[in-house]
Amino acid sequence: MKIKRANKERALTILSPAVALVLWQLVSDAGYIDQRYVPSPVSIAQAGYDLAVSGELALHIGASLRRLVIGFVLGAVPGVFIGMVMGLNRWVRAVLDPLVAALYPIPKIALLPLLMLVFGLGDGSKVVVVAMSVLFLTIINTTVGVVQLDKIYFDVARNYGTPWPKLFLRVILPGALPTILAGLRISLGVSLVVLVGAEFVAAQSGIGYLIWSSWQTLMVERMFVGIIVITILGVLSTLFLHECERLLIPWRRD
Amino acid sequence: MSSPPKIVIDRLGKSFGEDGKRTVALQDFTLSVDDGEFVCIVGPSGCGKTTVLRIAAGLETPSAGSVAIAPGADRGRPQNAMVFQEHGLFPWMTVVDNVAYSLEMRGVAKRERRERVMPFLDKIGLARFHKHYPRQLSGGMRQRVSLARAFVADPEILLMDEPFAALDAQNKLILQEELLRIWEGSAKTVLFITHGIDEAIALSDRIVVMTAQPGRIKEIVPIDFPRPRSVAELRADPRFGAMELSIWRMLEDEVRTARRQAEA
Repeated sequence: MKIKRANKERALTILSPAVALVLWQLVSDAGYIDQRYVPSPVSIAQAGYDLAVSGELALHIGASLRRLVIGFVLGAVPGVFIGMVMGLNRWVRAVLDPLVAALYPIPKIALLPLLMLVFGLGDGSKVVVVAMSVLFLTIINTTVGVVQLDKIYFDVARNYGTPWPKLFLRVILPGALPTILAGLRISLGVSLVVLVGAEFVAAQSGIGYLIWSSWQTLMVERMFVGIIVITILGVLSTLFLHECERLLIPWRRD
Repeated sequence: MSSPPKIVIDRLGKSFGEDGKRTVALQDFTLSVDDGEFVCIVGPSGCGKTTVLRIAAGLETPSAGSVAIAPGADRGRPQNAMVFQEHGLFPWMTVVDNVAYSLEMRGVAKRERRERVMPFLDKIGLARFHKHYPRQLSGGMRQRVSLARAFVADPEILLMDEPFAALDAQNKLILQEELLRIWEGSAKTVLFITHGIDEAIALSDRIVVMTAQPGRIKEIVPIDFPRPRSVAELRADPRFGAMELSIWRMLEDEVRTARRQAEA
C-alpha cells in the first residue's frame, strides 16, 4: 500500500505540468492569448523540435548542465567539509560564524561582474557564482545538522569505546545527513536561478543564453522552449535528489 | 562473600559551577558492590544518582574520590556498558546494527557480528525485527534493544540509568521480568538507577537510598527475596508492600527537601 501511494505521488509530480500544457493549448486556440507574446504549446513544441534536430538545444543543455554540476559540486563538497568542522569545533565556529553570516545574505548574482573580472568571461565565472550560492547554504545546514545532534549519541558512542573515524562515519555523518541533504535540495533550486541569471548577461551558450538571445531577436517560441527546458531540468534534478534521500537515509522513510 | 568487591566507590564527590556559586551535587558517596550483585540507587530528583553512574561509566570526571572496577580474567572485555534512558539507540542503525554496536567498535566482522547477535535477539523476541529501525518499534521494544546492546557488549559491569522510566506500567513489568531473566543467566554486576521504589525492590539485592542535594547515602537496605524472582508474584507478597512503605518513609523527607530546593 505504502509503495503504491509513493508511486502515485511521483506520477502526479510528472503529470501536473502536462495537464497545465493541455489547458494552455486550449486557451490559446480559443484566442484568449495573444500569440505574439505567448505562443501556443504546439508552436513551442515545433520550435523545440527544430532546436533539437539542429543540435542547438543539446548544446545549450550540455553547457548549462556542465556549469550546474561542476558549480554544485565545487560548492557542496567544501560546504559539507567546512560545515562539519564548524559543527564539531566551537572555536572554528566562533571564528567563521560571523563571516558566514555576513556573506550568506549577499545575492551571489550581484557578485557576477566581480567574478567575471577575476575568472574571465568563460565558464569559470558562472561555475563560481553557482558554487558560491551552494557553498553558504551547505555550510549553514551542515553546521546545524551536526550541532543539533543529540548529546546522548556522543555519550553512547563514548561509552561503547568508539574510535574517532568510526565516530564520524557511524554517528556524526549519518546523524547530520538528513539536514545536509535538505540543505542540498534548497541549494539546487537556488543554483538554477543563479545560473540562468548569469547566462542571461554573460554567456554565449546555455539555457539562460537561449532564453535571453531569443527574446532579443523576438523569437518568442524559442524563448519558451528555454523556459520549459529549464523547468524540466528543475523537476528532474529535484526528483534525483529525492531518490538520493530515499537511498541515503532509509531510516527516515515512511 | 569472600571474593573482593567488583566495584569500589570511594568518597565520591562532584560539584558544579564557579567558586562563588558552587553547587555540590554529590558528597562522600562510598559503596562496595560484590561481583554478580544487583544494586539499585533510589533518591529524589537532582540527588546526583545519575552523576554516580556517569562517573562510573567514564562520561564524567569526579571532583573528589574515585570509582574502581576490578578487572576480570578476560582483558579484552569492556569495563562497563550503559543502558541509557529512552532515545539512546541510534535512529540510523537497524536493530541488529544497534545491538552489535560494541562488536563493530571492537572490529568484529559483519558476519560474525550477526551470528553472535541473532541468537540474543531471538531470546528477547526481536529476531524478526532485526532489520527494523528504532522509530519503527514501540517504546518497550526499543528499550529491549538497548538492554540487548549492553549485554552483547559483555562488559565487566552493567550500568542502567532509569531504562524503563518512559514505559507504561505493563510494559515496565514485562521488561523488568525480562531483565531479571537475562541477568540471572549472566552473573553480571549491575548498578541500576530508578525513581521507582517497587522497581528497586523487585530487581535488586541491595537498595541505596540517597538524600536530597547534596547527594549522600542515607541508608542501604538489603533485599533478600529469593531468586529467581517473578516481579508480578513478588508484588503480591505482603512483605513487598511493607518494604515499599519503609523505604518510602526514608525517602519522603528527602523528596520534600528536593522539592523545596527546586522551588527556591
